[in-house]
Amino acid sequence: MQTFQDILMRLKQYWGSRGCVIQEPYDLEVGAGTMCPETFLRVLGPEPYRVAYIQPSRRPADGRYGENPNRLYKHWQLQVILKPSPDDIQDQYLASLEAIGIDLAKHDIKFEEDNWESPTLGAWGIGWQVMLDGLEITQFTYFQQCGGLDLEVVPVELTYGMERLTAFLQGKSSVYDLEWAEGVSYGQVRLADEVQFSVYNFELADVPTLWKLFRLHEAECGRLLEAWPGCPDKRRFPLLAAYDQVLKCSHLFNLLDSRGALSVTERVAVIGRVRKLAVGVAQAWLQQNRKETA
Amino acid sequence: MNRLPLLVEIGTEEIPDGMIAPALEHFRQLFAGLLEEQRLAAEGVRLQTDGTPRRLVLRAENLPERQPDSEEWVLGPPVAAAFRDGGPTPAAEGFARKMGVTPAELERRQTSKGEYLACRKRTAGRPTREILAAALPELILKIHFPKTMYWTARGGPRFIRPIRWLVALLGDQVVPFELAGVRSGELSRGHRLLGAREIPVRPGDYLEALRRNYVLVSAAERRRRIESEITRLLEGSGLRLRPDPELLESLVYLTEYPTPILGRFEADYLSLPEEVLVTVMRHHQRYFSLEDAQGRLAPHFIAVMNAAGDPEGLVRQGHERVLRARFNDARFFWQLDRQKKLEDRLPLLAHVTYQARLGSYLDKARRMARLAGRLARRLKADAALIERAALLAKCDLTTEMVKEFTELQGVMGGLYARQEGQPEQVWRAVYEHYRPESMEDPIPSTLAGRLVSLADKLDSLQGCFRLGLVPSGSRDPFALRRAAQGVVRILVEGGLPLPLRKLIGRDRALAEFFEDRLRYYFREVRGFRYDEVNAALAAGWDDLTDLAARLEALAAVRPTENFEPLAASFKRIRNILEQAGVAPAPPRRTSAIEPGRLEPGPEAELYGAFLRVRARVKRLRRQRQYAPALQAIASLRPAVDRFFDHVLVNAPDPALRQNRLTLLSELLGEFSAIADFSEIVTTQEEK
Repeated sequence: MQTFQDILMRLKQYWGSRGCVIQEPYDLEVGAGTMCPETFLRVLGPEPYRVAYIQPSRRPADGRYGENPNRLYKHWQLQVILKPSPDDIQDQYLASLEAIGIDLAKHDIKFEEDNWESPTLGAWGIGWQVMLDGLEITQFTYFQQCGGLDLEVVPVELTYGMERLTAFLQGKSSVYDLEWAEGVSYGQVRLADEVQFSVYNFELADVPTLWKLFRLHEAECGRLLEAWPGCPDKRRFPLLAAYDQVLKCSHLFNLLDSRGALSVTERVAVIGRVRKLAVGVAQAWLQQNRKETA
Repeated sequence: MNRLPLLVEIGTEEIPDGMIAPALEHFRQLFAGLLEEQRLAAEGVRLQTDGTPRRLVLRAENLPERQPDSEEWVLGPPVAAAFRDGGPTPAAEGFARKMGVTPAELERRQTSKGEYLACRKRTAGRPTREILAAALPELILKIHFPKTMYWTARGGPRFIRPIRWLVALLGDQVVPFELAGVRSGELSRGHRLLGAREIPVRPGDYLEALRRNYVLVSAAERRRRIESEITRLLEGSGLRLRPDPELLESLVYLTEYPTPILGRFEADYLSLPEEVLVTVMRHHQRYFSLEDAQGRLAPHFIAVMNAAGDPEGLVRQGHERVLRARFNDARFFWQLDRQKKLEDRLPLLAHVTYQARLGSYLDKARRMARLAGRLARRLKADAALIERAALLAKCDLTTEMVKEFTELQGVMGGLYARQEGQPEQVWRAVYEHYRPESMEDPIPSTLAGRLVSLADKLDSLQGCFRLGLVPSGSRDPFALRRAAQGVVRILVEGGLPLPLRKLIGRDRALAEFFEDRLRYYFREVRGFRYDEVNAALAAGWDDLTDLAARLEALAAVRPTENFEPLAASFKRIRNILEQAGVAPAPPRRTSAIEPGRLEPGPEAELYGAFLRVRARVKRLRRQRQYAPALQAIASLRPAVDRFFDHVLVNAPDPALRQNRLTLLSELLGEFSAIADFSEIVTTQEEK
């Protein structure tokens, strides 16, 4: 039986041999692999880029104290970005499934419309959810806009749901029963994580502290973005650091949300505040990288 | 002339199922337009479109090989300036040279401006292949889709999904063009997993060649295959399909080679509400539900694969496993949600946004309860009970079940309320308060449900219109058209005599919006004629049951002999009044007519008839006896005709004239309260 890590390594191997940089997860909390700079910033501008990385996606409100066999506070996405998107991308994608031992001729594959949108990032794309025998295993998206900007070349983003794929291949019905490594279950590796973070996210996270942190990170990002236009040496300017602050804000927003601490008006307003920062960084980043090529 | 078959196949990545049929129809229209414009729409030309998720196909038969030759006259200089001293002038010589003939070969044409030299110019018709090669790229990109993308680069062509191959054959020859970097050719592609990657095709063998490669190009053939295979699967099983035409259509356009399979689930899931099971199967997994001989939901389902078969049962097992996981989720939610009473969820609605500027669902629920209570008191119904139902109606938005399966909103609230032991009036009102969701959907079955539904929809309409969030064209993000249509249906079909105009307040845009919906409803759904609807609406509307009663009476009385001629006379009265600058007087107790000034004869007789009919009509209107009332009004016709035949309204004596205008204005005002007859388009006018 292929373990969770076997499948992951085979997919990395597959995309690595197709010109992708194999990155490791970004070391900040994100709600989706798309938010990592390797996607959010790299898709901007004309430079070709190919990257694949595994990314834990943290969604505090989805936590279930480890009691639900399919629902997780943190799940693993394998994120693949090919920029520009190759013409035979669907075939390449299907071949990746064969690479992990799925005999497609014996299964039912459908590409069902599912367009992706992230208001917080000012980003959206067109695409599908890929259904394998009725199970959604991948989000397949042609990016159209990011940071509120029309993209110059169109990247494709493949997001594999690793738990789903593994459950399919191992024939398991509870995520905690998956075999992560030989003789080691997913539950052994991750259950404590799910329990403790559910308790923290739903019960113990201190709301005034979360607000305070949110405002600190927001101010820090704002301060950098204000300094950007006047900065004489654009190349050295730490936009990447500014973007880290955006990610912090986004995660704190998710925590406040899971604590039920946001009123309706606040919720809309906070999304707007994070988007403003994200769009600001995206625009500056584009300028910064234009400068380099000019 | 030689006639040829044409095949155009646009090969794409998977197009969303709902968009394929409309796109094909538009493709056909665009192509028919091209043939017309290029003089290729000859007799015997037949067009047909068909498609799958991966291909939009247009086939034509008997296309002319080339355009017919055309001929036109090119005019040169006037004859008067063409010859001098018996020989051609330089102007005539120049024209002849331009046309490539000798001056002697030029002919003469008489025009409205005089006689001109002219030359017949023949243009040979262009080959169809050439015309298509030039026109197809642009034509293909014109096919309308609700949402398009670009994929080559910013500024590149836009289509619903990337175009990956193009087949364009006229007879055996490729119609050469390029679109989005793809060159047209003669190679099609088979089913993604079961067919060949390159399939040489000809217009004549296209369908067969693709069928061999597991693509059924015809939607009708896929539909037949799904239906007949389901019948085969269920033979002798004791199971019956619950027909679902919408789901069937969606599966027809999600597959190139559909094959149904029969799956099962553990019978103990049947302890979950049937609504939940069916929703999970239908909306989330696109499975058909099955029932047993007694009509009870059976622990089986039908999934439709985009594959030829499942000999090892792997696909069936996969689908069963996914469904089991979904049902487990649902069971978990069903247990969890019931640990908290609906009522206790009310405060949580403060965190669920309805619309940023219209506040939370808690705000909305409170507004709904107030409004529903008001409506209930007007109808002398149990206001406290209905307010309770309105307050609980949105509470299920905070349940895990509805967060996961949003289609179940309302229904879940109703089921949870029933479980908690709420009275049937309350739980049923909650359960049904989103109804009607379409023209076919029934309205809520109880008064409480109708009032909660009205309160919900009216609140949305008023709130959104106040903020200017008004539907325009195809954009209607808050589904306000459906909401208004629902209000109309509940009031009319539910027979609720409520003052709609008062309820919507002074918002003129909203009143006009409702008028549009009323027109649509009474014309398209109820089948009244457009001028009848206009006439009834022009007489005002508020209580829609009254409007409906007036319309029914109008349609019933319309075929009687006096009606249309009287309508014509009313129109005449309206014109006379308009020219004189007099408004029709609204019905009232006092009259400004001076009987002493009426001339004996037709004028006094009309007045007499007016008084008699008015008294009768008033009584009948009070009793809502609109048909006899309209008949009574129609009986005025002889008196009105005689009046116009013998009496001059514009009398020289101003006092006399004024009195006659007053008579007409009161007559028109009095008798336009049921329907404004002048809106009726008489048979005379239609001719």
